Amino acid sequence: MEIFLFSLFNGLLYGMMLFLLASGLTLIFSMMGVLNFAHASFFMLGAYFAYTISTLVGFIPALIVAPILVGVIGALVEKYGLRPVHKFGHVAELLFTFGLAFLIEEVVQLIWGRVAMDYQIPAFLKFTAFSWQGLDYQAYRVFMLLVSVGIFVALYWVLTRTRVGLIIQAALSHSAMTGALGHNVERVFMVTFGFGCALAGVAGVIGGNVLGTEPAMALQLGPIVFVVIVIGGLGSLGGALVASIFIGVLDFMANSYDLSFAPFFSLLGISADMGGTWTDLASLSSANIAPVLPYLLLVLMLIFRPRGLFGTRDV
Amino acid sequence: MSAILALNNVRKNFGATEIIVGVDLEIHNGERHAIIGPNGAGKSTLFNLISGRYPVTSGTITLRGEDIHNHTPFEINRRGLGRSFQVTNIFPNMSVFENIRIGVLWDLGCKYAFWRFVARDKAVQERTESILEKIGMSARRDVPAGLLSYADQRALEIGITLGSDPDLIILDEPTAGMSHSETDQAVSMIKEVSQDKTLVVVEHDMGVVFGLADRISVLVYGQIIATDVPDKIRSNKAVQEAYLGAVEE
Amino acid sequence: MMGNAQKVVPWLVLALLLVFLPVWFNSSFALTILSRIGIMIIFAIAYNMLLGQGGMLSFGHAVYFGMSGYFTVHFIGGMQDAATPYFPISLLPILGGLIGLILGILIGYVSTRRAGTTFAMISLGFGEMFTALTLVLVAFFNGEEGIQADRWVGPEPLGITFGPDIQVYYLIAIWTFIAVAAMFILTKTPFGRVSNAVRDNPERAEFVGYNTQRVRWLAFALSSFFAGLAGALYAVNYEHIGFETVSAATSGLVLFMVYIGGVRNFLGPIIGAVLITVLDSVLSDFSEAWFLYLGVIFIITVMFAPEGLAGLIFMHEPIWKAKPALLRALFVPYLMALGATLVACVGLIGLFELFYHVSQDLVVPDEMNLFGIVTDTASVLPWIVYAVIAGVGLFLCREAYPRTKMVWDDVISETRAALVQ
Repeated sequence: MEIFLFSLFNGLLYGMMLFLLASGLTLIFSMMGVLNFAHASFFMLGAYFAYTISTLVGFIPALIVAPILVGVIGALVEKYGLRPVHKFGHVAELLFTFGLAFLIEEVVQLIWGRVAMDYQIPAFLKFTAFSWQGLDYQAYRVFMLLVSVGIFVALYWVLTRTRVGLIIQAALSHSAMTGALGHNVERVFMVTFGFGCALAGVAGVIGGNVLGTEPAMALQLGPIVFVVIVIGGLGSLGGALVASIFIGVLDFMANSYDLSFAPFFSLLGISADMGGTWTDLASLSSANIAPVLPYLLLVLMLIFRPRGLFGTRDV
Repeated sequence: MSAILALNNVRKNFGATEIIVGVDLEIHNGERHAIIGPNGAGKSTLFNLISGRYPVTSGTITLRGEDIHNHTPFEINRRGLGRSFQVTNIFPNMSVFENIRIGVLWDLGCKYAFWRFVARDKAVQERTESILEKIGMSARRDVPAGLLSYADQRALEIGITLGSDPDLIILDEPTAGMSHSETDQAVSMIKEVSQDKTLVVVEHDMGVVFGLADRISVLVYGQIIATDVPDKIRSNKAVQEAYLGAVEE
Repeated sequence: MMGNAQKVVPWLVLALLLVFLPVWFNSSFALTILSRIGIMIIFAIAYNMLLGQGGMLSFGHAVYFGMSGYFTVHFIGGMQDAATPYFPISLLPILGGLIGLILGILIGYVSTRRAGTTFAMISLGFGEMFTALTLVLVAFFNGEEGIQADRWVGPEPLGITFGPDIQVYYLIAIWTFIAVAAMFILTKTPFGRVSNAVRDNPERAEFVGYNTQRVRWLAFALSSFFAGLAGALYAVNYEHIGFETVSAATSGLVLFMVYIGGVRNFLGPIIGAVLITVLDSVLSDFSEAWFLYLGVIFIITVMFAPEGLAGLIFMHEPIWKAKPALLRALFVPYLMALGATLVACVGLIGLFELFYHVSQDLVVPDEMNLFGIVTDTASVLPWIVYAVIAGVGLFLCREAYPRTKMVWDDVISETRAALVQ
């Protein structure tokens, strides 16, 4: 039971971080129809900036400055990079963000090197917050959870209670009409893109020291974020939340409860002593298949229900 | 006269909005039939239902007695129905010749063949050439379709439709946006290519309609309010009201 | 008529190049590059069957390339252990192609039911799935190490063992010729034309009787066949296969090649494959930042030249055909624009390399070799020099580009007038 709750807690944590990423991506996609391939790259930038700033100044300044920096870069990318490509169509926009992801990874490697950075959890949060049923819950992780939930609540409040939020909600589902009503759609786009990237940056700041800060982090996390928003449903923030937590918890559960698939394969007549690939198949367990699971779900969802669980529009 | 196309109580809703509100229509084999009506009446929607672009909400559409409603566009086309589009829908990067040829390929059995040269297929070449002649574009056969003038593109639009040699030709506002002389050319071309076929046309230009059609149906707010020969339609009170006197000679 | 001769000449040129290039460039380094170019040409044209010809953007096409490679390596290994029957090495690409084909049929069936961005994401999903599987199914993939094989196996007809690299090169050359010819012929078939039509206007294609999903599925399957063919040659050439051959990195590389080369033209992927393979082999020794420059070139292509290099070249085709004399008017503006760009590049790359060299605060000497000049990065001088060069170059570009555009606009409108009489 303790394992269950512990996995649940960590899964929730991972899921909330995924949600920070997914929410930014959803906002950008819903508003502009662009699937930002480079979204996880802004996550990576957030982590690296946070590392440098926290090494030079401190963690709290990093938490404030890094996301802003990332957001500004995002806004500039939108204005000078994405907007000119818009006239060539969605495929061109997708290719642009793909190239951008590649570029950011190379730049990061060139500036900070290929080795993982020693981005530490801040000392003042490095203690056990509480112990429950024999398992220690780290203070930093509680902090991560609080920050993510706090941002989610703030996002929800802004979207449903403020004028800006209502405009964004309108643009989320009917962007052409919103433009026709006289709002400066171009500026809204730029701000949205920047803000979405800033959200990714925050995720990088708080997650970089836990997940590891290295050039490959964008490539590892990026596709998972796509999985999340496709399963949740494009255009749906609620769906992104549900799917993020689902994927996060699934990942930790699969690893903790290392369920063996041997019984399933023995039904097919495959047993572990058959050698070669059959051995590999028979010895599959939920733990070693955990990396594959999200993609399997992605493919299945795209084949059978492209609009996802709660989606309002097709991809 | 047998009916080649029959619509029976066809309805189409988009969400809560009813666009087609119970249409009954019979197109006779070999006739030239025009559908007219004020803007927003649902004429293009009707064509889209017939050609398979949209599924019907209820009702039936039959082609030679066989159901075609809710079929895919290619299934319907293979049964002998060809349609053109109000907003020009050509292949802009291909030459005029190639545009027409694409329309020809399936009907002449080329299907997905990837083991022979398309240029060596005599039947394909001949039919493409003859359509090219009929629409008067032989001189511009190698011009990329995107570079053509508007009137030429409209002619090409019809040319592609003719590719599959359909028995039932449906043209959606073929002369839209054309000048007088261009319209006259287009009309004589349409008359010629539809000689042994059945033709259904949507048009706004009343001169074209009254010069071309054997029978006219009037569609207003998703319903057919009259179907008759041109003279009777001209003098029909309901029709005149619907058009607010916009009927011109 | 000139028609028939004109059609045969390019193929003669290709054949001559394939046969004689290793004779003219006879170092083993050159041979390695040439072999790689051949493989990449096949892979790139195969990928363009999807992207340029069929309008489908895939981020996971390396799956067919890599899986065929794995299969081929296993097969060769099996031949040595006498576990699999003998099959001539020279014909292995056919088997590799079949592996690609089978995978392409299966995966293509589900992928091609959707189009556009959804299709791209499904391809990414499958690509990531296979990449993840390489670390899970260890017996088949052997994880990060990959699998070795020795191609020197079986009887030796005419003394050909495929042991020496030169023999493998000519094997690759022959298959390159066959594959390029086959894929070119495909574009001239009914399928090829309809595939283009589905790319340009899928809706209209449906209304003239074509099931567009079937067309795309077939394109996907055929493309996977040739990708598999390339993968088998890769395995024979390098005698090793690793997980990177199914990964997003390889899928991304072929995408870069094809897009920069030009998707709209049959020559585009060839140009891209040759250019990027050569640059990769040559430049990666000189600069660690080569991949960064590649990324910049890709982005510039997406933003300013979406038709790629081939597109830029063939943009001039109507002029050449209608009024070739006009080409002379473009000569000087092009020269000036090119010169300005070159100056700007030297400056910017110089600055960048200096910066990169300095940012690596490992035990690295201050001196570096930049553009063949021994440069002291600690002194201010080189920074100033390159900054000035960059500034001058950018200024010249600002002057030259609009002028070139103006001349181009004039030339093209004169050509249009001559064309659409």
